[in-house]
Amino acid sequence: MNRRDSLKAIGLTALSTTVLVAACKPSSEKEEVAAAGKEAGREPWETDRDKKLNSETFFTKHEMATITVLADIIIPKDSVSGSASDAKVPEFIEFIVKDMPEHQVPMRGGLKWLDIQCFNRYEKAFIEANSKEQISIIDEIAYPKKAKPEMQAGVAFFNRMRSLTTSGFYTTEIGIKDIGYVGNVPNQWDGVPTEVLKHYGMENVTI
Amino acid sequence: MSDFQIKKSSTVYDAIVVGSGAGGGMAAYVLANAGQKVLMLEAGQYFDPRLDSHQLKWPWESPRRGAGTTRPFGDFDASYGGWELDGEPYTKKDKTEFEWFRSRMLGGRTNHWGRISLRMGPEDFKPTDGLTDDWPITYEEVKPFYDKVDRMIGIYGTVEGIKNEPDGIFMKPPKPRLNELFIKKGAEKAGVKVIAGRGAVMTEAIKGNNDRAPCFYCGQCGRGCKVYGDFSASSCLVIPAVSTGNLTVITDAMVREVITNKDGTAKGVSYVNRKDLQEYQVNAKLVILGASACESARILLNSKSSAHPNGLANNSGVVGKYLHDSTGASVSGFLPQLMDRKRYNEDGLGSIHIYSPWWLDNKNLDFPRGYHIEYGGGMRMPSYGFGGGVSTMAGMVPDKNGKMKDEGGYGLALKEDQRRFYGTGVGMAGRGTAIAREDNYCEIDPNVVDKYGIPVLTFHYKWAKEEVLQAKHMQETFLSIMKEMGGVVTSKIHGPETNYGLEAPGKIIHEVGTIRMGDNPTKSALNKYCQAHDCKNLFVVDAGPFVQQGDKNATWTILALAMRTAEYILSEKKKQNI
Repeated sequence: MNRRDSLKAIGLTALSTTVLVAACKPSSEKEEVAAAGKEAGREPWETDRDKKLNSETFFTKHEMATITVLADIIIPKDSVSGSASDAKVPEFIEFIVKDMPEHQVPMRGGLKWLDIQCFNRYEKAFIEANSKEQISIIDEIAYPKKAKPEMQAGVAFFNRMRSLTTSGFYTTEIGIKDIGYVGNVPNQWDGVPTEVLKHYGMENVTI
Repeated sequence: MSDFQIKKSSTVYDAIVVGSGAGGGMAAYVLANAGQKVLMLEAGQYFDPRLDSHQLKWPWESPRRGAGTTRPFGDFDASYGGWELDGEPYTKKDKTEFEWFRSRMLGGRTNHWGRISLRMGPEDFKPTDGLTDDWPITYEEVKPFYDKVDRMIGIYGTVEGIKNEPDGIFMKPPKPRLNELFIKKGAEKAGVKVIAGRGAVMTEAIKGNNDRAPCFYCGQCGRGCKVYGDFSASSCLVIPAVSTGNLTVITDAMVREVITNKDGTAKGVSYVNRKDLQEYQVNAKLVILGASACESARILLNSKSSAHPNGLANNSGVVGKYLHDSTGASVSGFLPQLMDRKRYNEDGLGSIHIYSPWWLDNKNLDFPRGYHIEYGGGMRMPSYGFGGGVSTMAGMVPDKNGKMKDEGGYGLALKEDQRRFYGTGVGMAGRGTAIAREDNYCEIDPNVVDKYGIPVLTFHYKWAKEEVLQAKHMQETFLSIMKEMGGVVTSKIHGPETNYGLEAPGKIIHEVGTIRMGDNPTKSALNKYCQAHDCKNLFVVDAGPFVQQGDKNATWTILALAMRTAEYILSEKKKQNI
């Protein structure tokens, strides 16, 4: 089989990513229908587990609202790309804490910790504080080496929240476009582009 | 009346092959192509990379964004399995460690492996330091089979003429990525040789093979390849062997034991169907085990009869002993020179582009036997965990204005840092020779059965000073390469309290040696053709027969030995010896 035939065989004839995404989706849907319940490349217990997780709800409305505010503080909209909530990061976090239950207590407890901090200072929950008030607390938990000892619980929570937010954001179409990952497409790898080799003075390095 | 019954088939096959990975797949392929009627039993479910691979999916197509919650190597990885399987436990003895990875699927662990394909060398078969036993065969005897495997399956690499790193028949290697050029320069300054990788990925077409197409450089071999551009036993051996009409495959067939005749010869195999839990017995003129080093040992030890009171092929008592996995340790970090780098597609291929074969003489070192280094890094597809380390990295190097800033942060600055650090990552991992020792072993746990009622294995495995000192040397080497290339280390730097980062045995998934071959039947289970000394129509074709693994990943040797055993079976049949 030559390369063109083989790519045709798996439903890939164009090299553009957008076409590729469009081409992949219907074919995977078709496979699912064809196998009547058996998802291609998945063990039945994995499919069942995902279904079960998707049918459950972990966070309360208030918790989800707080997560959304925090996620957008961590990844706001800028001239390059949208915000965490534009990329549906809160929905991802809702799923991942069900998938990885070890996140549940630290997330729930951390959100509560944040509300108590905010209430003690401003007599309102975090989402009801104005952005200046919110940032004053965030600044005390966002820099692990500068944070005061009594803010450690908040630092641990914010580290986790930041990691989940970057995980959730950069694994979406918006995030991948922002970061500039241009792979995941059939191509011919012919080594580092010449101008890049030149830029780093690597023209003469050979393996 | 009880519902319990064992369904016995009246068909007598020429051979039963247990397991569909590299060894079982190759044996079945050779025999089926020679016209033998073969039955293959696979404990897991059917898997065809063309249909079942998650190749070219995007992270958002996984609800967990590719995280390893249900699969140790991530949601898109091809393996149906892991170090823990529901209902199939194993135990550990005397507070020792061993982690046993199993893939329950057609093709076994060859579906997700790294495709790194290294030949063992002359000194791996006949060590010159006298520390471990010789193999009963030499490199020269195995070389023709390595050659045939190269031609049949396809491997890339470069001819280097290194004595104990034998060259193969190579396709062109992939060109290095940018970070790999930095590694090459840094490693050379540190005195470490770097050469092109060697992997089972088709970078060129194979003449006459219309079922497989060359690599299209998505870098996702671990997900399985829909065009069969890399080696999996499913795509390259079992599925083609089925199309000869001579191979029948039964999936979800969990083998209980090998049944023997009164004279001690193998009669067939009993198995339980994992889906309906029905019991079956199938018969053949010979039985070939390729269930994996530990699973085949388990089957042999569970196959007790009056002719084989110690378990089948175990008059010597060595079955289960001499278990060894490669050593492994790693260091990772980033290259500040690559910050704000230009974007382009550098997925490359999914095996190694470069590596360092063992480059030193152990006579001058405080440990025996070497290791090789595998390298990674670059502008990879984001998945779960992406960007988590950036806020720490941002505190380790000056910012755009040349000022140090505080670790942490959020907002527009964090987004800027994510762009700045993307693609700067670099990592290196050592894979080394562990010494085969009689007191590192698996045996049957008398107290525990799996959910099918099959007695399970218990493991007893301890690293010794040879492996710990080797890991120490790995750490020192990696740190020196990182320094020479101007890299910043972000991983934990291990000391003696954690054995210098030496991974637990079993973690590298190169376990071998439990059914060793040898000329002396009192000290080995198999002869030099992997035929049981005590049972002439029983063969083992996985990594069980290994006497002593080199630092080389096991698959290419499993393939070569399985091909050699299958050809031996055909020639013995012709002579009517079996």
